[in-house]
Amino acid sequence: MKYWRVPFDRDKIDIPHGDIHINIDRCKGCSFCEEYCPRDVLKMSTNYNKKGYHYPDVIKQGECVNCCLCEMICPEFAIFCIESSKDTIQKGMKKGSNQEATS
Amino acid sequence: MKADPVGVAKGSYFMDGDHACAEGAIAAGCRFFAGYPITPSTEIAERIAERFPKVGGMFIQMEDELASMAAIIGAAWTGTKTMTVTSGPGFSLMMENIGLAVMMETPCVVVDVQRGGPSTGLPTLTGQADMMQARWGSHGDYELIALSPNSSQECFDLIITAFNLAEQWRVPVLFMMDECVGHMTEKVVIPDAYEITITPRKFYRGKKKDFKPYKFNGHTKIAPMVKAGDGYFFHITGLTHDERGYPLINAEAQQTNVQHLVDKINKNVDKISIVEEDNITDADVIVVSYGISSRVALKAVEFARKNGIKVGTLRLVTVWPFPEKRIKQLASQVKAFIIPEINMGQISLEIERCAAGQAPTILVPHAGGWVHDPKDIFQAIEEAVA
Amino acid sequence: MTEVATQSKKGETKPKNEKPKAVLRDDYEHPMEIYLRIERFPHIWCATCGIGTVLTAFISGLEKSKLDIEKVTVVSGIGCTGRTAGYLRLDSFHTTHGRAIPFATGLALGNPKLKVVVISGDGDLTAIGGNHFIHAARRNLDLTIICVNNFNYAMTGGQAGPTTPMEAIASTAPYGCYEYPFNLPFLAESSGAVFVARWTALHIRRLTNTIAEALLKPGFSFIEVICPCATLYARRNRLGDGLDLMRFYHDNAIIKHGANTREVDIEYQKQIIVGKFVDIDKPTFLQQRDRFLKNKLGNQFIPYKEPVS
Ligand SMILES: Cc1ncc(C[n+]2csc(CCOP(=O)(O)OP(=O)(O)O)c2C)c(N)n1
Ligand code: SF4
Ligand code: SF4
Ligand code: SF4
Ligand SMILES: [Mg+2]
Repeated sequence: MKYWRVPFDRDKIDIPHGDIHINIDRCKGCSFCEEYCPRDVLKMSTNYNKKGYHYPDVIKQGECVNCCLCEMICPEFAIFCIESSKDTIQKGMKKGSNQEATS
Repeated sequence: MKADPVGVAKGSYFMDGDHACAEGAIAAGCRFFAGYPITPSTEIAERIAERFPKVGGMFIQMEDELASMAAIIGAAWTGTKTMTVTSGPGFSLMMENIGLAVMMETPCVVVDVQRGGPSTGLPTLTGQADMMQARWGSHGDYELIALSPNSSQECFDLIITAFNLAEQWRVPVLFMMDECVGHMTEKVVIPDAYEITITPRKFYRGKKKDFKPYKFNGHTKIAPMVKAGDGYFFHITGLTHDERGYPLINAEAQQTNVQHLVDKINKNVDKISIVEEDNITDADVIVVSYGISSRVALKAVEFARKNGIKVGTLRLVTVWPFPEKRIKQLASQVKAFIIPEINMGQISLEIERCAAGQAPTILVPHAGGWVHDPKDIFQAIEEAVA
Repeated sequence: MTEVATQSKKGETKPKNEKPKAVLRDDYEHPMEIYLRIERFPHIWCATCGIGTVLTAFISGLEKSKLDIEKVTVVSGIGCTGRTAGYLRLDSFHTTHGRAIPFATGLALGNPKLKVVVISGDGDLTAIGGNHFIHAARRNLDLTIICVNNFNYAMTGGQAGPTTPMEAIASTAPYGCYEYPFNLPFLAESSGAVFVARWTALHIRRLTNTIAEALLKPGFSFIEVICPCATLYARRNRLGDGLDLMRFYHDNAIIKHGANTREVDIEYQKQIIVGKFVDIDKPTFLQQRDRFLKNKLGNQFIPYKEPVS
């Protein structure tokens, strides 16, 4: 069972698209993201990362609807998604910005 | 800093040690109390329960002593001065989190009104057999501070010192009363607030991002603290940690962390230690005692002096850290130490260690339930000079 | 970061002879990193362990609650789940085994302006800490408790605990567990909790919403999260890995909001009833205390104020 249904007015509504960011070496290959991505955007690679785990590949980039389920379910904080149309900086934090946040 | 007048019930009273202890704590600025009832310490909790709502304090009776101890550590990290009180079995339960307070370097005060043990032992009768437990009761290596009052007045005065030492050294301070001291009613004078000196919490004032909860690079500087909720986003743990408070699980980190915990007390014994000496200079025999035994011993000492024996007294006001240097010094000049204590030999072992064979140590043990007969102490003195 | 391959933006380079994989730019960090002590990563949790997922849900729930994060304090006990506090860039306390709730009680009463959250394991909260749990619920202390239930004492090697279902194998129940387990939502409700919910680590969005709701709920709120322990519980019971447990939750979790908590006990590899079970209003410990003492003492009553630095 998938969580996703095609809405009847798909052509009328603006379906968001997402860019997926993967920190490959942080991944521990649990496949949660692959399994639960509603659009089957991700597939576990046959390659290994530094730690020796398979990590997800983006196999259908254009299909990503920026639902962030992969981001939410990933236990390793290894994957996140940013809506394509918007300025990516809004969500993904620029490196070092948390320094300011704590001072 | 001077005491907040709100908490100082100025006046002369006829008061037992437990109540005096409660009043002293309030005068010292204690505003958070968590505890669980147990004889003979309950009166402290009862007094606090009655007084706290009228001085802006937070009293909570927890489900047990494990919880009481944990709660006062948590509360201490909100910036408040905290205390719990217990006796015998409850003291055993507190050991777990006394270790946590040591590891987290959290100022707090734990009162143990000692009764006879082991186990439920003598709930209503006196004992002094928790002295080694105070020092060693929690697992692992550490140092802390333990004080032992011998009168109602001192219960008031010395608990203020206990709070001050806790803040100064960021360490749990154990207040080792005994049932006699707790239940003995005497005159207590509570002075004006401006006559009471309080050591306030030392708060960190630097940049938020530079804050570290600990400082391991020297025993003279104790790191200032922050409060939860002030935006420092700090982490502390009972695990071996670095100065940031982050867990570090290796031998090197352990060495640094434990060395610091031990050094900050051991290298400052002179600053922490309080002993009361009398007629020491030309003494042949010194009676070393603490708590109620120190008052019983006085009778024997008086009698011995009347009999021409040169007896000095040394009272341990701080029991831990132990005044090792002082005992060593005295050991070279006296014929013997007499140690009356209401246990089967605890502090006497420490004296023996410090005397290191230079002077014999004579224990006058008492299993508990009542104080010594001064005659027994006198006899020991007599035998020592014979 | 090692590999860089982008495809979505015009003008960005694609590495040759490699098919596009993912956007990977090292000038961005994970949006949740501001809430994490990322310098401590990688975290200790095993591959396919669900605790990390619960952590993301907590962060999202916290964000959603719009609480001032300076005032949010997290306390954990000891265990795999107990490590959660140490990864959160909040005021966070890693305490002793079972004592997270009383420690949190001290924080919450010491500074009533704080929102104190306890995130800990099933063993920590309901075995060694069980007494504290029921009493904190009874008092209706203003605490949010997130209990990660992985059906065993994971940190110490997968021993049986008070939530291990009958029949399940654990290192100290080598022939299967024969003790009756706790039904945690029932325990919480009957002890006095005002908010009780259960989700699995798979119900990530619902869990997030529930956490946000619980954080804003005054009083003792309790959320049980059924969570995969791959290395011990799953392996020892030959249930596969964390993903297999997630699949099991997918097929066997039944959402029943408002379910009678008496009826939500969990049997080994049977259905798991999830949802928000309890949401009632009741004065908290502090509200009760202050109102009561004001009433009895009148002007003599001085309310407690958190210290200022
Ligand atoms: C007083 C005490 N007893 C026992 C332990 C050992 N111990 C550490 S974690 C743990 C169990 C943790 O189980 P749980 O709370 O379910 O957390 P999990 O690891 O499953 O997330 C035990 C028994 C301890 N640290 N302290
Ligand atoms: S954001 Fe949603 S659609 Fe896009 S990859 Fe992740 S799970 Fe799939
Ligand atoms: S969910 Fe995270 S850890 Fe698991 S496979 Fe995907 S990216 Fe890797
Ligand atoms: S032992 Fe189990 S609970 Fe602990 S990190 Fe591994 S999978 Fe998670
Ligand atoms: Mg567990």
